[in-house]
Amino acid sequence: MANPILVLAEQLRGEISDITFEMLGVGRALASAVGAPLYAVLLGSEAAPLAAKLGKADKVFVADNPQLNLAPAATVTAVLKTVIDQSQAGLVLVGCTNVSLGIGSTLAAQTGLPLVNFCRAARADGSAIQLTSQLFGGKILSDVKLPDGRGIACLYPGAFPADDGKSDQAPPVEKLDLPVEAPKVTFKQYIEPETGDVDITKQNILVGVGRGIQSQDNVQLAEDLAQVLGGAVCASRPVIDQGWQPLSRQVGKSGMTVKPRVYFALGISGAPEHWEGMQNSLCIIAVNTDPKAPIFDGAHIGVVGDVLELLPVLTDKVKARKG
Amino acid sequence: MNLYVLLKMVPDTVEELEVAADGKSLDSEFLRFKLSEPDDHALEQALILKEKMGGKVTVVAFDAPEVDDVLFTALAKGADRAVKIPLNQASLGTVASAKVLTEFFAAAGALTSDSLLLPGSQAIDDLEGELAPLLAAALKLPYIGVVCGVTGDAGKVTVLKEFAGGLRGEFEVTLPAVLGIQSAEKPPRYVPVAKVRAVMKSAQIEEAALASPEQPIQLDIERMYKPEAAGRAQMIEGSTEEVADQLVEVLAKNSVI
Repeated sequence: MANPILVLAEQLRGEISDITFEMLGVGRALASAVGAPLYAVLLGSEAAPLAAKLGKADKVFVADNPQLNLAPAATVTAVLKTVIDQSQAGLVLVGCTNVSLGIGSTLAAQTGLPLVNFCRAARADGSAIQLTSQLFGGKILSDVKLPDGRGIACLYPGAFPADDGKSDQAPPVEKLDLPVEAPKVTFKQYIEPETGDVDITKQNILVGVGRGIQSQDNVQLAEDLAQVLGGAVCASRPVIDQGWQPLSRQVGKSGMTVKPRVYFALGISGAPEHWEGMQNSLCIIAVNTDPKAPIFDGAHIGVVGDVLELLPVLTDKVKARKG
Repeated sequence: MNLYVLLKMVPDTVEELEVAADGKSLDSEFLRFKLSEPDDHALEQALILKEKMGGKVTVVAFDAPEVDDVLFTALAKGADRAVKIPLNQASLGTVASAKVLTEFFAAAGALTSDSLLLPGSQAIDDLEGELAPLLAAALKLPYIGVVCGVTGDAGKVTVLKEFAGGLRGEFEVTLPAVLGIQSAEKPPRYVPVAKVRAVMKSAQIEEAALASPEQPIQLDIERMYKPEAAGRAQMIEGSTEEVADQLVEVLAKNSVI
């Protein structure tokens, strides 16, 4: 039998994150292909009741310890190493999320296992595991092989179907009672999202602006379109980092996940971090000067052009149409 | 505070990226490089900390095209010292980069009780993992990533880490430590070209000679390629007027006007 596959389950504020089910789904497929069991490990206080949701795994290791809530990478890694030693796990799946960032790399540094980051696809090839990694903001893919199936794969959220990892059955649980050293990184408190004037997750129409909007003054052009459409402006990370839009308008990995009826991606290249937050929009209209921008691969409607030229004309025409 | 900022050059993805003839790497001939964005924010965060807490900012980078300009710009912005490690960054994976930098920090005796190492939280070519946690693990320092704000205090810092949906967490970190910076609390400052030119004449970039790692890339890369789109957007062409007319039809079809 091949070495077990181990999923690091992710939870935030007592809820299992979608990435956990994505990992369990792909982990189950890989485990079946190589003839290995699938295990999961779940950490933090109140972990025990959450373990019942991880029924896709053949067994869940649970470390129910409040000191493991949002614990630093080194502390989580110490638990993972114990589980790997105990279970002889060969492949470890970790989420490529803000919550788990750094855990895979710390584990790689401490075990010498190879790590493949930003994975969007995974398949078994005999006893080897082949992973496809998305690099350079989504412009290049790289196929990487773990020849003996041993290693750490960080999986991109949204790349795998979460439903494949859900199950109604409760899995067998093995409790871990591990000493946890006093960490040098201590969680103090949550800072709740800034409540802006507008909740972008509740909008039917979002006019998303990216780097291509070029300046804070130009954001007004997007505001004009949003206003005539009865929607709101939102933005990708570079625009937020420049302070051109408040944090409450950020869409993507660190920001909001939105699903409007129409999403305009204006001057947004379509980097995976942004795509993660708006991919389920019902109609995505992308405008970009770069005909090879990755956004066109996922958008429904595409225009190669300058948003600054298009916006005023489009706003006028929408106004005219609405009378 | 003793602040180290680790600067990395990455291909500018605004330009077209081509795969090299070996099918396993990028064709470097037409690549244009720029400073990795989170690293730019790490520099800004370090400069803000220096202004608030006092101390010294050292920027460290591997050799890469246009890296001298980036190092001089950092000095012009307020960094005190710039160090270049004369090893070709493009040939090193993150694991090898972390090994070299670990030697740098060990050899220089650089780490003091008030040291803070500030790499960017991650980079677009971090195939083998992120530098910050790899470095922290090797140097046995505390680490936290996706940091979007740092406040200094004696022997510790309070940092903000981004989760998702705008939710952030406040953490206390004992120094010395490694913080992977995602964004500084303010946008990176602008420095006039004239000031950079003046610094180029007056300042020096130090070189730190370190041995090239035995295994520059750890992973078994089978191939690199451009993604083939599973689906492609329906492209609208024409004059601005024509495009706008068609978009109005799309909006009408989606029942939003």
